[in-house]
Amino acid sequence: MAGEIKQFLYVNRKAPYGTVYALESLEVVLIGAAFDQDVRLLFMDDGVFQIKKDQNTEASGLKNFSPTYNALGDYDVNKIYVSKESLDERGLTQDDLMPLVYEDEDDDWAEKSSIKIVSADEIRDLMEGSDVVLSF
Amino acid sequence: MKISVQINEGPYQHQSSDSAYNFVKAALDKGHDIVRVFFYHDGVNNGTRLASPPQDDRNVQQRWSDLSKEHNLDLVICVAAAQRRGIVDDGEAERNGKDATNIMDGFHISGLGQLIEAAVESDRLVVFGD
Repeated sequence: MAGEIKQFLYVNRKAPYGTVYALESLEVVLIGAAFDQDVRLLFMDDGVFQIKKDQNTEASGLKNFSPTYNALGDYDVNKIYVSKESLDERGLTQDDLMPLVYEDEDDDWAEKSSIKIVSADEIRDLMEGSDVVLSF
Repeated sequence: MKISVQINEGPYQHQSSDSAYNFVKAALDKGHDIVRVFFYHDGVNNGTRLASPPQDDRNVQQRWSDLSKEHNLDLVICVAAAQRRGIVDDGEAERNGKDATNIMDGFHISGLGQLIEAAVESDRLVVFGD
């Protein structure tokens, strides 16, 4: 695999709690970031709730792992796509999401948003342009 | 073609392991190369040797083990997912102070990097799960 770079797309479709998929997907993304591949994340369907801000799991006793998403920028994972349709269907806007950011080394380390809101057509293009699609 | 397979669901509860098994067998029959089968989420439960399904049903775990022997398949169980669910080999038992092991012959426990590496090295990664 020396030198080979593939386009990875992680598709996150499930709510953050209730099942373990979201947490274990994030673990794959963080491990995968060490492999110097081109990584993109897509949040759609109930998966958009994974990056909703102000998550509080106290009453459920489950671990609130949402702060970990803030570390993605430090792992050079800064292409995060969110389905507009999925946000609309759930009465959410980008303001309801965590402000996930990265520092752009090509622009004097300016802090920039990693999040891009995308349409269904753009999601199709995203998938078509990926070598590896991992769906969680 | 070089193919890797990811299985995300447990045996019997879900058909994904059955579908993946049939897919892998068919791919091997067609002469394709199965680089790795990676078990994640509840899929790690496909690697216990302590299951005793009814005699008149398929034995999902044994079937993988047999196929692995026949074709020298690389069956990898994710360590992080296995630790949560109690799939244990000798090394894990020692590391985590457990009094038993339950891993099925033919499987081995390794890291998530094995999944990423398989995806990079294969022409296709085929994911079975919800």
